[in-house]
Amino acid sequence: MATQHSRSAARIMMAPAVILLLGWMLVPLTMTLVFSFKKYLPLRGGDLGWVGFDNYVRFVSSSAFWPSVQATLVIVGGVLAITVVFGVLLALLLDQPMWGQGIVRILVIAPFFVMPTVSALVWKNMFMDPVNGLFAHLWTFFGAEPISWLSEASMQSIILIVSWQWLPFATLILLTAIQSLDSEQLEAAEMDGASPLARFGYIILPHLGRAITVVVLIQTIFLLSIFAEIFVTTQGSFGTRTLTYLIFQRVLESQNVGLGSAGGVYAIILANVVAAFLMRIVGKNLDA
Amino acid sequence: MARSVTQQRKAINTVAAWAVGLLIFFPILWTILTSFKTEAQAINDPPLFFFFDWTLENYAVVQERSDYMRFLWNSIAIAGGSTVLGIIIAIPAAWSMAFVPSKRTKDILLWMLSTKMLPAVGVLYPIYLIFIRLGMLDSRTGLIIVLMLCNLPIIVWMLYTYFKEIPGEILEAARMDGAGLKEEILYVLTPMAIPGIASTLLLNIILAWNEAFWTLNLTAAKAAPLTAFIASYSSPEGLFYAKLSAASTMAIAPILILGWFSQKQLVRGLTFGAVK
Amino acid sequence: MGRITLDKVTKSFGATEVIPPLDLTIEDGEFTVFVGPSGCGKSTLLRLIAGLEDVSSGQIRIDGQDATMTPPAKRGLAMVFQSYALYPHMSVRKNIAFPMKMAGIDEAEQNRRIESAAKALNLTDYLERKPGQLSGGQRQRVAIGRAIVREPAAFLFDEPLSNLDAALRVGMRLEISELHERLKTTMIYVTHDQVEAMTMADKIVVLRAGHIEQVGSPLELYHSPRNLFVAGFIGSPKMNFITGPEAAKHDADTIGVRPEHISISDGDGPWSGVVSVSEHLGSDTFFHIHDTGLAETITVRADGEVGFRHGDRVSLTPRSDVIHRFDAQGLRIAQ
Repeated sequence: MATQHSRSAARIMMAPAVILLLGWMLVPLTMTLVFSFKKYLPLRGGDLGWVGFDNYVRFVSSSAFWPSVQATLVIVGGVLAITVVFGVLLALLLDQPMWGQGIVRILVIAPFFVMPTVSALVWKNMFMDPVNGLFAHLWTFFGAEPISWLSEASMQSIILIVSWQWLPFATLILLTAIQSLDSEQLEAAEMDGASPLARFGYIILPHLGRAITVVVLIQTIFLLSIFAEIFVTTQGSFGTRTLTYLIFQRVLESQNVGLGSAGGVYAIILANVVAAFLMRIVGKNLDA
Repeated sequence: MARSVTQQRKAINTVAAWAVGLLIFFPILWTILTSFKTEAQAINDPPLFFFFDWTLENYAVVQERSDYMRFLWNSIAIAGGSTVLGIIIAIPAAWSMAFVPSKRTKDILLWMLSTKMLPAVGVLYPIYLIFIRLGMLDSRTGLIIVLMLCNLPIIVWMLYTYFKEIPGEILEAARMDGAGLKEEILYVLTPMAIPGIASTLLLNIILAWNEAFWTLNLTAAKAAPLTAFIASYSSPEGLFYAKLSAASTMAIAPILILGWFSQKQLVRGLTFGAVK
Repeated sequence: MGRITLDKVTKSFGATEVIPPLDLTIEDGEFTVFVGPSGCGKSTLLRLIAGLEDVSSGQIRIDGQDATMTPPAKRGLAMVFQSYALYPHMSVRKNIAFPMKMAGIDEAEQNRRIESAAKALNLTDYLERKPGQLSGGQRQRVAIGRAIVREPAAFLFDEPLSNLDAALRVGMRLEISELHERLKTTMIYVTHDQVEAMTMADKIVVLRAGHIEQVGSPLELYHSPRNLFVAGFIGSPKMNFITGPEAAKHDADTIGVRPEHISISDGDGPWSGVVSVSEHLGSDTFFHIHDTGLAETITVRADGEVGFRHGDRVSLTPRSDVIHRFDAQGLRIAQ
């Protein structure tokens, strides 16, 4: 639906963005691929030649690999479960008529705007510190022994911190989705004799299906690469070393670039599997 | 349509929602409160809520000891610079895709999105290496470029969905009225899309402001933004709760305010139009 | 000043041919209406003339000059869009000034033309308002004002009245006709509404599936439609078509009789049937007659108020001098 003139103009105007992103994707990706087939130790001899699939094998067979995959999955799964379940409940609550709805909304959304390093540090020191943290005070108040959260319950702590950051995102999207539900549908169901629980199960939840999928997929992509939260709390100790963190350590801390790059390729493959699902949903939406 | 609800129902909703809202907001509130305490009061047992001697001393100390203003300026320059640069590059691209769609438009859009999904850690070393070669390590320019590239897909997408809502007939009218491509974009499209461009700007400033992978790994002292400034408190110094709180409050306050303005656009921007 | 010639113009979107080779000449100063059902290609044809779409082959000439590859801005045409396409962020004055600003006309001349257009279109009091603050009719007038000030070789209208309510539509129809009388500029007007076509046009072009079915003055089309399609499309209510033995009596495959050419009575007549629905408009009355044995429904239009009701048995008499005859291909058989 356009003329030759505008089509060629369009190609030219799209070029900067496309070329930049293409470069941003291909150049580092190619380098990572190349490094992953080399023994490359910048501080201990530099480029020591091709080693085939050595790095890939070593990365997977290292004792840290499977625990890191497990830690990644537990964190991603835990955060997803918490944010989706509480997100739906919160969205339902916020959708009800009340006084000061706008302010409550802002209170709920606020954590999303807190930078990851801040939220991790605040939780670590002011809530989870075994001596001066608020949780310690709370535990003592009820006569319980304060817990050293980040070492004794490290995974739960990280999941709590990350869930706090992402709950607003899930709530906001689900709330938007609930508000787009035609209220006449609910009224029709009520006339048909459906109880509130039945209305939730048969009408609201199916309506939210798509939004929940989107929340799950987008969060998964971000959660797979959480970094700052671990960097400033446990530094990967106490079983919280995720795949991302493991690769970071291999590359920058122990400066084993070849090994880290092989890990990076694994991470890219993992992210792409998730991304493929998201793309299909977003793509369908484009046609609509 | 909506019907009236009993005042009692509404009161119950209100109490429940406020309780949950305050609970979720509490860590932020607590941080802000603690920032006004002395270090002794900050670790007082039992914790002090409102009845303490309010002081601004922590803010002064943080600024003095760590030069907060420099980090703040870095954050502003990096978040603002990367976003504005991204928008300048994205507007023509989004125009093309929204108004001159071709068979490949959809594929290009999805491909752009897919670059956003590459895990940063996968390309950490190459970027690190390129930065060293180009002398861009610990430079604001370097971070502006990287964060611009990181967020470019989101910027293109957001602008695209906003542009799609502008009727093509208006641009055709401009063409009939004698406007060339430049005039069409400058005088007609951009002014009409101002609300959309503004929310794109806002959301991407927030994302760039809070970005905590590249900013931590590619900066040292000179170009470090607030994310890195706060991370430096994870050292034992962080045990000074009041100062940590003051620093945190200063790091998040600007973006909390921006965030409140942009909450409506947030959903659209972050779901790439999949949820409106 | 505004003679537009289409020479074997075609348009395809991908593999679908929307406009097969088409020739048409629009004379200078003529009010030409493209009419046809939706999807007949009339809007595409207009957009080809405007330059908003490229022709796939063929040539478009404006005043004898080849304009086939000329961008829209350079063709010297003005267009009024269905949605009016006003610039929402500009005041009425700025909207009207925009094409002149693009053409680099000096400010004094701009203002002179704006004032005179505003006066002609009753917009003087609204010049500083934004389009969002105007009614549909006012927006329409702004769109026309924006077109007038360019002093174009021709005006193109793309279903400009379809977003207005019925009463306004009649008013705007008159205004556009008066504008044409005053300016004497070529106008090409696209509509799916045959009433608009009949009332406004000097020349009507009836289109179907990209083909020109007939070109002619409104009354030519009314009195001698070239085929069944034009016969059915022009005139309201629609012409009645009768096939079978009754048509054979007239040596035709199909005969057509307009509802206003049938008289209805309770006496004797060549045809008879039962009133199914009667629509009383006061000025005239429409009857839908069933059980005639000729066609499923025969529509009859009677002047003034005629008192037949549902279920009444009536007889019908067609005026024999205005029976249209069509052959097996649907083409008109000359009288």
